[in-house]
Amino acid sequence: MPLWTLFGLGEGKATTGWPRGPGSDGQEGVAGMPRFDRALCEEGCMACAEVCPTRAIYIPSAADPASVEIDYGRCITCQLCVETCPTDAFQSSRNWAFAVRERHDLDTGSAAERENAKPLPRRSLKSFKRSLHIRHVDAGSCNGCESELQALNNPFYNLHRLGIFFTPSPRFADVLLVTGPVTYAMRGPLLETYAAMPDPKWVVAVGTCAVSGGIAEGGYSCGHGLEGVLPVDVYLPGCPPNPAAIVEALLLLLDRTPQRVHGGTYGE
Amino acid sequence: MNGVVRSQRRVDEIPGLLRELHRRGGRMQMAYAWQPEADRTEIRYLAGAGADEPFSMWCVDASSGSPPSFAPESPLLGWYEREISDLFGIEFSGHPEPKRLVLHEGAIAAAPPMRADYPIGRELEIVGHATGIPEIRGPDVQRLPWGPVRADVVESGEFVFYYIGEHILHLYTQLFFKHRGMEARFTGLTSLAGVVLAERVSAVGSFSHALAFCQAVEDASACIVPARARMLRVLLAEMERLYNHLHYLGVLAETTTLKVGAAEGKLLEERAKQLNSRLTGSRFLQNAVMPGGMRRDLDPETWLGEELERLREEVAKYVALLGQTNSYRDRLMGTGPLPHRIAFDQGATGPVKRASGINRDLRRDHDYAGYAHLPLTVPTKTEGDAQAREQIRIAEIDASFVLMQRVLLLLEAGEIRASCSPPANSEGLGWAENPRGSLFYAVHFDGNGKLKRVKIKSPSFSNWRVFPFTVHDGNMMDYAINEASFGLTIAGCDR
Repeated sequence: MPLWTLFGLGEGKATTGWPRGPGSDGQEGVAGMPRFDRALCEEGCMACAEVCPTRAIYIPSAADPASVEIDYGRCITCQLCVETCPTDAFQSSRNWAFAVRERHDLDTGSAAERENAKPLPRRSLKSFKRSLHIRHVDAGSCNGCESELQALNNPFYNLHRLGIFFTPSPRFADVLLVTGPVTYAMRGPLLETYAAMPDPKWVVAVGTCAVSGGIAEGGYSCGHGLEGVLPVDVYLPGCPPNPAAIVEALLLLLDRTPQRVHGGTYGE
Repeated sequence: MNGVVRSQRRVDEIPGLLRELHRRGGRMQMAYAWQPEADRTEIRYLAGAGADEPFSMWCVDASSGSPPSFAPESPLLGWYEREISDLFGIEFSGHPEPKRLVLHEGAIAAAPPMRADYPIGRELEIVGHATGIPEIRGPDVQRLPWGPVRADVVESGEFVFYYIGEHILHLYTQLFFKHRGMEARFTGLTSLAGVVLAERVSAVGSFSHALAFCQAVEDASACIVPARARMLRVLLAEMERLYNHLHYLGVLAETTTLKVGAAEGKLLEERAKQLNSRLTGSRFLQNAVMPGGMRRDLDPETWLGEELERLREEVAKYVALLGQTNSYRDRLMGTGPLPHRIAFDQGATGPVKRASGINRDLRRDHDYAGYAHLPLTVPTKTEGDAQAREQIRIAEIDASFVLMQRVLLLLEAGEIRASCSPPANSEGLGWAENPRGSLFYAVHFDGNGKLKRVKIKSPSFSNWRVFPFTVHDGNMMDYAINEASFGLTIAGCDR
């Protein structure tokens, strides 16, 4: 169609240079995980923990009610804690790139766990750095994560330029990317898809549902995320994580970008 | 907002009421069950007689025995009755399709999972792949199972085709792989926490789900939402329609292998989503609305109008180009026809029904938020094919731009929230015309003002039931185009 060719040429380049060159990440205004300033926290006040719908904010010890901890692996960025906290200890932030390799790196209350953790042996992804193929499985999501995954192939993000591709067949896939909390009916098809993938293979949990079960966790059919279902190589909470956050998570898997979050704290 | 009239009915009155409803051109909107007390179950039927008339809700006691199925009179009720059977254990006598819907055939439940005696926290188990898929045998008949894990990044669902050559004999859709039991998750929550949950039932309908839920809570509380909040709600609801319809055009272009057209549609959707996050902090317009008004004030006045006008010009250019592309038009014309009669009887909603000659839109017929004071055009067509569905959505994009600019002109500073606390044991109904059609939330509160039962009727639940009627006797090459032309979500249907 010459019509469309001309149109396409006339429109010029729409793709951002981010993350390798200059250009916007496209997330202006996007509210990320709330930032917590322990110094501002008022002793004995548990307003944030009470309002948090996914128990991401918790009080680990009854003896010390001032000890508020946050498991960002459960956070759905609803911002209710920001609106509820009487002393502004919770602040809205632009921190959405929360991809981590170890689940405990999302939890501020996991110091002991982090100390005792032995670094897991990591299989090299060196030969996949410029050509990674992903099979996505929706294990019961709300379609938010799919909407953002589909956005990765729009001209703005243009995921192909980074050498990362979605593939229809698990036989060609290196990575299983899972969204959703793993409902009772999707557990079987998910495990079969994983089994159909050739070794070596990796698993990325995208969205708070896949990381920990999310907002609907605990019901009669919802499931609890990938914990205890499949071994996970990268966890990315968010509800849903935006396309730029998903790009960062995939680059983290490939060792092409550093991990920003350690022990539940976001570093620049 | 013309509300809802509730009345206690005996089950033997329903056939007469249904006949009267159909005679006047109305139809059923949904049915659901709930348990006012642990030992009492009630079925609620929601009927919509016509524009500018209140909805009727018939409350029927179903604590004992098995009520008759009304699916023979009103076929669209068939799915609601099967859902009630699965989740509340009520058997409907004389049901034309007496099998499971929401729960899979292989699911093992300790008790019907929405009933009060279901053990809290117990998860369903499932054995094997037993499904209710019928066998069709015959010379040259082939069977193509597809899903639940399908090609590309799509939602999970299983589709089984029986076909001869290119000709499709029968499509069987096995949905509800994604059933998360969302309605049950509302139980015990405050209405504020309920909004957060409602936003995550179907993310691409986050705003309308939250809005319909809030309006249901406001109905129960008899609370009046301030004018500015009502107008902001219209603005956000139309922004949701915009990015969804642009997504739809991109996908439709993709299925007709129009590569540049698909890329442009997706790029325009991305622009719309970026406007969403600049305005509300969320690409899906989440965290904005709450019972009584808005969670916080927004400031669209200074910048949004200009951005929307720029987007409108690009959309107009794109749509004009689609109109001139014969290879694209040829694939849509006559594809997946949905006759008016089937659309009406089987419960089609949204742009799908308006493309089949049903002139209904909740924004106009049962107005809410600020729609009563705004110029709203409701496009309808009669052809009922994929092209008509596309044209309706294009016309709705135009109408949305007009609405949004008008809202920006009329917005005045003012309060954004009124206090809203639902009385003990109250109930309410809220609705919204979502990008995909009519969305209802029915809420019931307990003695402490916490949520006791929430029913969600999503537009995709209605349209997934209708969709196979347009596939039977179609051909394989057109299937993807036809599915895209319906613009369905599975999350909303499965819940």
